[in-house]
Amino acid sequence: MADEIILLDFWPSMFGMKVRIALAEKGLKYEYRDEDLFNKGPLLLEMNPIHKKIPVLIHNGKPICESQIIVQYIDEVWKDKSPLLPSDPYHRAQARFWADYIDKKLHLLGKRLWRTKGEEQEANKKEYIECLKLLEGELGDKPYFGGENFGFVDVNLMPYFSWLYVFEIAANFSIEAECPKLITWAKRCMEKESVSTSLPDRQKLYDFFLQLKKWHGIE
Amino acid sequence: MADEIILLDFWPSMFGMRVRVALAEKGLKYEYRQEDLRNKSPLLLEMNPVHKKIPVLIHNGKPICESLIIVQYIDEVWKDKSPLLPSDPYQRAQARFWADYVDKKLYELGGKIWSTKGEEQETGKKEFIECLKLLEGELGEKPYFGGEKIGFVDVALVTFSCWFYAYETFGNFSIEAECPKLIAWTKRCMEKESVSSSLEDPHKVHGFIMGMRKRFGIE
Repeated sequence: MADEIILLDFWPSMFGMKVRIALAEKGLKYEYRDEDLFNKGPLLLEMNPIHKKIPVLIHNGKPICESQIIVQYIDEVWKDKSPLLPSDPYHRAQARFWADYIDKKLHLLGKRLWRTKGEEQEANKKEYIECLKLLEGELGDKPYFGGENFGFVDVNLMPYFSWLYVFEIAANFSIEAECPKLITWAKRCMEKESVSTSLPDRQKLYDFFLQLKKWHGIE
Repeated sequence: MADEIILLDFWPSMFGMRVRVALAEKGLKYEYRQEDLRNKSPLLLEMNPVHKKIPVLIHNGKPICESLIIVQYIDEVWKDKSPLLPSDPYQRAQARFWADYVDKKLYELGGKIWSTKGEEQETGKKEFIECLKLLEGELGEKPYFGGEKIGFVDVALVTFSCWFYAYETFGNFSIEAECPKLIAWTKRCMEKESVSSSLEDPHKVHGFIMGMRKRFGIE
C-alpha cells in the first residue's frame, strides 16, 4: 500500500521549509496543505492539539509534530535514500546540537532584528552576525555541514537563508561581507532541486514580510 | 580500552540529573564533577564554548552538550542495555515530542512559581498544573511513559519531581491533589535505583531555591 503523506504548513514558515526539503531529499510524493494561521483548520487542531502549530506531517493518518522531530522521523522511516543524520552516534549528537543551536538562537535573533530599531537593532545585528560566524566556523572547509553530502544541519539552516534577504533589507546590513563562506554554502545548497523547490521566492517572502510588519504595527 | 566518561554538572540541575539517570540505567561508571556556575571551570568553557552550560558529557575526551541530546547519545552508544527510546520510528517521534514538551514548558513555568509573586505566580501555577495534567493524560494507564519500562520521556520528566516540593511550598499548592496519577508515577520511578540515586533530596533543593530567592531579593 502506498504511503499517504500530508504536510500541514504555512508557506513562509522556516520550520515548514525544513520538512519540505527533507521530503524532497527522500523523493517523496505528498499532499501540501497551506494553513491560514488566523483561521486554523479542524485537521490542524485535531492533529496538533497541544501546540496548534505547523508544520505537521500526517503519515498514513498519524501526526508527527515539531519540525526537527519530523525531519528525524522522515530520515528514519525512509532511511535508504539520502541519509540526513550521520550513522556515527557522536556525529549524530553534534548534528543535533547545531540544529538545536540554530533553532534556539537564529530564530529568536532574526525576530529581534526586524522588531527593533536604532541602537537595540544594531546590538541585535551584531549578535546575529556572531551566530552566523560561529556556524561558518563549524562548516569549515566542508562543502556541506553534513560533509560531502547535504545533511541534517544543512536542512535546518537553509530556510533561514531564504529569510536572510528580508533581514538584510529590514536591518540594512550584508551577510556576504561578514560571512562569505556561508553565502557560498547557501548558493551550493540552492543548486539542489530539493532545496530550490522547497524555498519560497524572495520577493514573495519580502512582500509577506511587509504585511507582517503592518500586523505588528511596525514601520 | 575502557571508556572514560566525565559528567560536568551542578547538583540541583534537573537537566544534569537526566544524564545521571541515563548513565545509571546503562550501568556506566563515570567521574562526576561539580561545577560552580558563578566560577565556571576552564574545562567547562573548553567543552561547551557555545552555551557554557552544564550538563556536559565528556566521552573519551569528546564533549556532548544539551541534556536530551546527551541522553540520546548514551542510548545509542550503549544500545544493548535498557533501551530508552523505542525502536519504532513513530513511537520514537512521539517520545521526542513529549520530552521536547517538557523542555519547552516546565522549566520556565516552574521558574515563575518560585521567582515571582501575585498574578504572575498564579498564572505560572495554573499553566504548570495544566501541563502536568496533559502529561498525566499521556501517561494514561501505563506504568511508565515508556510503557512497561522507563524510557526517554520518563527520564526527561522525573528529574523535575525533586523540585516539586519547592514549587509547592513557594507556590502554596499541592501537586498530588491535582495530579495524583503523576505523583504515583514519580514514586514508582523512585523505586528504581537508577532514579533514586540520581535525584536530589527535595528539601535540599528547596534550601537551594531559598538561597536563590534571597540572592534575587524575592520575598
